[in-house]
Amino acid sequence: MADEATRKAVSEIPLLKTNSGPRDKELWVQRLREEYLALIKYVENNKSADNDWFRLESNKEGTRWFGKCWYIHDLLKYEFDMEFDIPVTYPATAPEVAIPELDGKTAKMYRGGKICLTDHFKPLWARNVPKFGLAHLMALGLGPWLAVEIPDLIAKGLIQHKEQQTNS
Amino acid sequence: MSIRVENRVAMATVEELKLRVRELENELIKCKQKRCAEENAGGSQKHYRQRIEKMSAEVVDSNPYSRLMALKRMGIVEDYERIRTFSVAVVGVGGVGSVTAEMLTRCGIGKLILFDYDKVELANMNRLFFQPHQAGLSKVEAAEHTLRSINPDVSFETHNYNITTMENFSHFMDRISHGGLEEAKPVDLVLSCVDNFEARMAINTACNELGQIWMESGVSENAVSGHIQLIIPGETACFACAPPLVVAANIDEKTLKREGVCAASLPTTMGVVAGLLVQNVLKYLLGFGSVSHYLGYNAMQDFFPTMSMKANPQCDDHYCRKQQEEYKRKEAERPKQEVVEEEEVQVVHEDNEWGIELVSEVTEEELKAASGPKPDLPEGITVAYTIPEKEVNTPAEEMVEETEQSLEELMAQMKRM
Ligand SMILES: [Zn+2]
Repeated sequence: MADEATRKAVSEIPLLKTNSGPRDKELWVQRLREEYLALIKYVENNKSADNDWFRLESNKEGTRWFGKCWYIHDLLKYEFDMEFDIPVTYPATAPEVAIPELDGKTAKMYRGGKICLTDHFKPLWARNVPKFGLAHLMALGLGPWLAVEIPDLIAKGLIQHKEQQTNS
Repeated sequence: MSIRVENRVAMATVEELKLRVRELENELIKCKQKRCAEENAGGSQKHYRQRIEKMSAEVVDSNPYSRLMALKRMGIVEDYERIRTFSVAVVGVGGVGSVTAEMLTRCGIGKLILFDYDKVELANMNRLFFQPHQAGLSKVEAAEHTLRSINPDVSFETHNYNITTMENFSHFMDRISHGGLEEAKPVDLVLSCVDNFEARMAINTACNELGQIWMESGVSENAVSGHIQLIIPGETACFACAPPLVVAANIDEKTLKREGVCAASLPTTMGVVAGLLVQNVLKYLLGFGSVSHYLGYNAMQDFFPTMSMKANPQCDDHYCRKQQEEYKRKEAERPKQEVVEEEEVQVVHEDNEWGIELVSEVTEEELKAASGPKPDLPEGITVAYTIPEKEVNTPAEEMVEETEQSLEELMAQMKRM
């Protein structure tokens, strides 16, 4: 799972300080600010490493997140909508990222298009509460999942490149 | 920019339409089911029995309770009728939860409150309870329909939502604390029959806050082990007191192929776990036999390890710590009595030489740094992972840098990227 590039990318994501979930009022706003700071930094890092691969935004309460992630395969860009809710027990438990349009296409998904993370992810997250945030979830959860599943789905002909999506 | 906004508006409408289609589909399935039931019954209601006011021990072919009431005659259970006074919440109506609900319904439980956000799918048909013609219905709705026809004496309350989201969690807490047989009283027991960590933690959070006794159940993702656990907030270990306890399956990790699949499931293992769970529930509610604190099931070796674990004074859940203080206070006030020695497990701090694999490529030192103390557990039970002692400090340069920007500004900045 954690190849050298992933490990380097993760080590450059700022760690979060505030151990607070969506049920806490003011402290959650502080946690959200840190989440956004870390996400902005991670996206900036990705851009400068020429590996920009996702965008995320949330509702104003920061409880529901949605965005896009994409994967380049044979110079073609495959783009997907993603979404997730922040569980009431966050950050003790990581959110379950879903790519609804891939639901039913791969066994590496739970119902509703929730991606199935590796056995390594949960202990890793648990050991890093509250320092890991959504940027870490992207880097250690969704990123490696896309890297394994998307080429496989393309090879099996289960996803096609959409014409309107610009080539990279 | 404007195109994206418009797109979102259009998406919301599509979502609404999808929801409406879903509702109409549910209606249609229900109509079909109703017609089917009527045809089967020859247009009459002869397959549905009338409600029974009082449980009778009379052995006649029309009495569904005679064999249960025999437990009383045989002296196993002192007062079986008390079952009708209890309200039980079942969270998760999948492979374990649906069978659990069916067993409790057949036993004549007073009230069942069912929570699940999922719908019945044909892919669920390797499990018990649900039937192919129910595909498409919400699990709670389909379950209520079947269970009510099995035993109309039970009252049902169903909630078709995800308990882990902000939208629903407070409602979930409210139903736990007010869902008793007499409204405004709490339920007697909460049963966790969910299949994921997030939902277990949400139930744990709610029960710690409310001081609600609950039982946890689980089947491993490889389908060959499972467990049940009784959690009395403040007294026995809560779900956050230690990393998840799992039954060692004695399968060589190297031979376990995980490529290409998330989880396996067997109706047998789920049926066994549901049986163990409801047995513990009956013993707890009706006061017979000994109630297990933790009971594991290893299907590969047919081994059933048991143990008991005290709440952890350093638990991350502060309501758990609060409940522990409350429990200590009550214990101190209680008149002294003979204590039966029971093997208790506590987290011990020792060198961790067994270490579990964290990330395939890490070095020995990193692995050691990432592992923590392992509780001294009985044979056959282990923890899913360990957590190292809390680090003293993380270098400031690795933490997020404070800025003057407000949350709104940061959200806008992220949107512009
Ligand atoms: Zn605890």
